[in-house]
Amino acid sequence: MYQEIILDHYRTPHGAGLREPFDAESFQINPTCGDEITLRVKLDGDTVSDVSYETLGCSISQASASVLTDLVVGRSIEDSMRVLTAFQEMAQGRGQVEPDEDVLGDGVAFAGVARYPARVKCALLGWMAFKDAVVRTAQTQDAAQTQATRDPEEAQP
Amino acid sequence: MTTIEGLDVQKVRADFPILTRTVREGRPLVYLDSGATSQRPRQVLDAERAFLEQHNAAVHRGAHQLAEEATDAYESARARIAAFIGAGPGEVVFTKNATEGINLVAYAMSNSSIRTGLGPESERFALGPGDEIVITELEHHANLVPWQELCRRTGATLRWYSITDEGRVDLDSIELTERTKVVAFAHQSNVLGTILPVAELVRRARAVGALVLLDACQSVPHMPVDLGELDVDFAVFSGHKMLGPSGVGVLYGRAELLAAMPPFLTGGSMIELVRMEHTTYSAPPQRFEAGVPMTSQAVGLGAAVEYINDIGIDVIHAHEIALVRQAVDGLAAVPGVRIIGPQDLTDRGGAVAFVVDGVHAHDVGQVLDDRGVAVRVGHHCAWPLHRRFGVAATVRASFHVYNTPDEVAALVEGVQAAREFFGVVS
Repeated sequence: MYQEIILDHYRTPHGAGLREPFDAESFQINPTCGDEITLRVKLDGDTVSDVSYETLGCSISQASASVLTDLVVGRSIEDSMRVLTAFQEMAQGRGQVEPDEDVLGDGVAFAGVARYPARVKCALLGWMAFKDAVVRTAQTQDAAQTQATRDPEEAQP
Repeated sequence: MTTIEGLDVQKVRADFPILTRTVREGRPLVYLDSGATSQRPRQVLDAERAFLEQHNAAVHRGAHQLAEEATDAYESARARIAAFIGAGPGEVVFTKNATEGINLVAYAMSNSSIRTGLGPESERFALGPGDEIVITELEHHANLVPWQELCRRTGATLRWYSITDEGRVDLDSIELTERTKVVAFAHQSNVLGTILPVAELVRRARAVGALVLLDACQSVPHMPVDLGELDVDFAVFSGHKMLGPSGVGVLYGRAELLAAMPPFLTGGSMIELVRMEHTTYSAPPQRFEAGVPMTSQAVGLGAAVEYINDIGIDVIHAHEIALVRQAVDGLAAVPGVRIIGPQDLTDRGGAVAFVVDGVHAHDVGQVLDDRGVAVRVGHHCAWPLHRRFGVAATVRASFHVYNTPDEVAALVEGVQAAREFFGVVS
């Protein structure tokens, strides 16, 4: 399970630390072990321009967050969600899902995690935080738009 | 193999079929997670099977021969378990597990606090705003969350004794008051291994007239426990941690208290007289066993007690303490390992929790698992306690009668291997 790629990301995590500015933040915990991640997303239009995070967790959850930043930063939201789905399918595939390296890059190193059901949540913690944060940015934007469209009406007597 | 007189561990191991299997590509299983659930000897499995093949029927109903035999087996198991813990048969209530036992008491108190339609005898279980429930910071979630909920429902306040750096209860951290109605605490911490000062806590609770509930999940399976002598009001433990089946646990309650306490779950079996308008309830323990209970599991637990008695609980305890000594000393000698809990074996039992600098508990557990060593990693359902010690997760090794010094050695070697693997060896 501990591929060299995973250990490399664990020892030298990419994009670690919390940065400003950001559009949305998500805090996720793994209730079975108490591991935590706080993850921030910054968007530039439809593109993920930054992902920053702070984790308190095992090598799998830390390396997974590191790989995530490599895979989604610079991509469109739609593309990054496609990667997320592929990663999740692999991680939850009980070793039956053949990962596509073209889509998942270093993420394929986590294919072995799928054979350890207790660790799947560790591998997905950062990804769930990313998904949640992206949803939140959309909500924030919707709220802002709703506010923008509503305000003029409310301004009328 | 072992230094404990009167115990042949290899002979004991032969009773546990699961201990002969291999895991993770042919590694012999080293099972060091009995604090979570223990393994079951053939004698327990056989007792359950024999009951189901020859005597199975719904207990306490029906007058046919099987019903009589099933009821007799169920009640004999109750009597044997009661004798094992220094209780009368009428003081042992079968529950699904220890968690249900604590909830049973909490909900009986909750029902008493509503105060409608109940007799004056239930008043002693009633709580309201200003009243206090006192626990400790080391409790398993099962002895924390039900009390939080009871406080929320009744307006009572939850307070707790804090824990010292060594992992002992700080008896000076709070004072009980006349408003303290319940003092609930673990006999032995499921993380630290600490054995709590039961006599002193009982003395303090008695001084203010509070009821005492003891979470005995980690003590009854591992050391001689006489609940009558400990003078607690209630106690709970589960079958699956004491070589018995899952799905059965015990709530002990002093006879006089159970007689006065209103029920939690209601329905069949627990009634005396039912009319459309009103129902009266049977005497304890049946009052607290609504519906058809777990039966083969209770019989299996009775067989587990017999198995433990045949070896001797004091022999089991001495054996486990020797393993704890070896584990604590062995782990403490590994650089970067910090034991969370007392290293002094005075008032300490068999759970050894630790962290390894630079290696997360999950990763230590994974390396151990790949070597066939099964331990628990995480917060072990004692999250506030882990927060208290500033750690997100620990590795916990725990033992029972079937563990050997070689297995403890495998644990220590595995921890060293984890340090090497993650490159934290200086």
